Amino acid sequence: MQRKVFQLLADNTSGVLSRISGLFSRRGYNIESITAGLTADPKYSRITIVASGDADVLEQIEKQVAKLVDVKDVKILEPGKSVYRELALIKVKAEAANRQAVIAIADIFRANIIDVGPKTLIIELIGDQDKIDAFIALLDGYEILELARTAMTGLGRGIENVTYLP
Amino acid sequence: MNGADAIIKCLEEENVKYVFGYPGVAICPFYNSILSSDIKTVLVRTEQSAAHAASGLARTTGEVGVCAVTSGPGATNLITGIATAFADSIPLVCITGQVNSSLLGSDVFQEADITGAVESFVKYSYLVRNVNDIPRIMKEAFHIASTGRKGPVLIDIPIDVQNATIKNYKYPDSLSMRTYKPTVKGNYGQLKKLVNALEKAKKPIICVGGGISLSGANDELLKFIEKNNIPVVSTMMGIGAVATKHPLYFGMVGNNGKPYANKAMNESDTLVMVGARVADRAINSPDIVMSNKVLIHIDVDPAEIGKNCGPTIPIVGDAKAIFEDLNKEEFKTDTEGWIKELNQYKTELEIKRNPDKNFTDPEYFIKTISDKMDENAIYVADVGQNQIWSCSFHEVKKGKFLTSGGMGTMGYSIPAAMGANLADSKRQVIAVCGDGSFQMSMCELATIKQENVPVKIVVLKNNFLGMVREYQHYTYKDNYSVVNLNDYPNLCAIAKAYDMEYVKIANNDDVLSGIDKLLKTDGPCICEVLVNPLDLVK
Repeated sequence: MQRKVFQLLADNTSGVLSRISGLFSRRGYNIESITAGLTADPKYSRITIVASGDADVLEQIEKQVAKLVDVKDVKILEPGKSVYRELALIKVKAEAANRQAVIAIADIFRANIIDVGPKTLIIELIGDQDKIDAFIALLDGYEILELARTAMTGLGRGIENVTYLP
Repeated sequence: MNGADAIIKCLEEENVKYVFGYPGVAICPFYNSILSSDIKTVLVRTEQSAAHAASGLARTTGEVGVCAVTSGPGATNLITGIATAFADSIPLVCITGQVNSSLLGSDVFQEADITGAVESFVKYSYLVRNVNDIPRIMKEAFHIASTGRKGPVLIDIPIDVQNATIKNYKYPDSLSMRTYKPTVKGNYGQLKKLVNALEKAKKPIICVGGGISLSGANDELLKFIEKNNIPVVSTMMGIGAVATKHPLYFGMVGNNGKPYANKAMNESDTLVMVGARVADRAINSPDIVMSNKVLIHIDVDPAEIGKNCGPTIPIVGDAKAIFEDLNKEEFKTDTEGWIKELNQYKTELEIKRNPDKNFTDPEYFIKTISDKMDENAIYVADVGQNQIWSCSFHEVKKGKFLTSGGMGTMGYSIPAAMGANLADSKRQVIAVCGDGSFQMSMCELATIKQENVPVKIVVLKNNFLGMVREYQHYTYKDNYSVVNLNDYPNLCAIAKAYDMEYVKIANNDDVLSGIDKLLKTDGPCICEVLVNPLDLVK
């Protein structure tokens, strides 16, 4: 099993996300995460999909996704040639006694404290998956009350392989 | 002008001559507007038949078939027909009425989320929210349905959008779709590689699928194989791409195909698949079949190439454009010995049947009717044992062979034959079905009569769901379950009820006179052919 990050440029029409996710479910492809958002041109969305499977399946995913009428372009974001980012919001139980310790860990990871309550802190962390996993593991000693993670998004590095919008 | 008028205008722009359908309140504005158009409407008796009839028309003319039904159950009844067209890449535009857009999502009477429901069976679908989008959407729908790998497109139009006034109606002359641009021309470098591979090949073979007739490449293919002396086999959907009796044609491959066709494919050293999916019924174990050969896969859909087996040379493009380019190439092949070998297989491996004299032998019947039919006749085979017999014994000359290959939808032949015959009234059209598939579309006899379509309907009657019975014979040692059709209905009485001619063929002695009578009738005719209930295709 390999893992690949697919980046799609799709028409920003209603139902485009359901067409893409429907394709994955009906063909039995393994989808790990999917994110979508507008590009600089609001006619297009950029959709990032992390999928896993053997080489044949990953090749089929690329071709089947490219075949969708709404999809303009499919790229594979190769590790090393791309940057990946994910965002996590973590609500930790932090009372006066352990608040400083939690803030210290957050500082090491360059995370931001974005909300302080009498008994809680909400921490915002941006990074690749490994960094966020490591941060969550460290917080394990404290009580994580709620956690929300976006899925991975990313961009290829450099000027090569840019798909210019018409 | 309202939305419904605009839809009809668009259909006129697209040169649509027939709309098959079934009305209901949600599509009534459409059916009201169509009264002031020359487009003919055909009231089918169940919505599934509307899609099959449109499919028969599309496959006869090469144009896009159109059907229009109401919301809710009308739309959901259409799904099997849409899925059938999708599996065989048949271009359709299916229009469904929808409840008032302000009520969408509230589960009102006859509301069904049809765009959601057909998502996996359509090439694309639209839910029209704004009446002013109608011209663009119609233009796009016909374009998507009929280009690249063809297929059905569904347009769902709420009743209030059909009734809304449209400002500045104009059918677009051209369209620019930002994200949809199918490849037509084959890459020149890849075509060169194909030519080189064929030059080197000692035992080349071309396996053609439904893509040949879908792209209208029959003449180009024929020119290519004759010029370069390359033998051809076909999948079920490829039957008719080359005339059955052509000296370079060696039959249908697959588990229901000719043993010599499979042997030809297995022993070839260079295999060119064109417009075929390498699907399980045609090629059972692709890895084994392909292990000893150069595989060249030509398809307009890049996703089909490499889906079931990895080719040595992939070529994306339309079959017609590719063979046009290939016919410009001059090269030499040495295939005399190979063709001689194939002809030897053909004589050695032809299956000999043991017909029961008390019944009609399907082989004798189908071969005889093929012989007596017009040269350019359309033969529509249904699904079941009748389909396999038709594939095995029908001889295509200059006509067409239509069947539901990918989906295997029973009941396809009667409505599809009706659509084919309406599309081309000068052609002889014959539907061949079993007594199971006949009953699935029996209601369309009324439509055929109403429209006075001179379709000849042959029912190979064995009182069983024969294909399943045959499976149970081999797999469950004759423990038959839910396959007995119990001799009903009385086809003579049915013919009488629908005011149609009727011919009965009880055994081989009746075949010549029966076929003669059947083909001489002016109007529609039902021909009942009694075959041995225990007959097998294998």
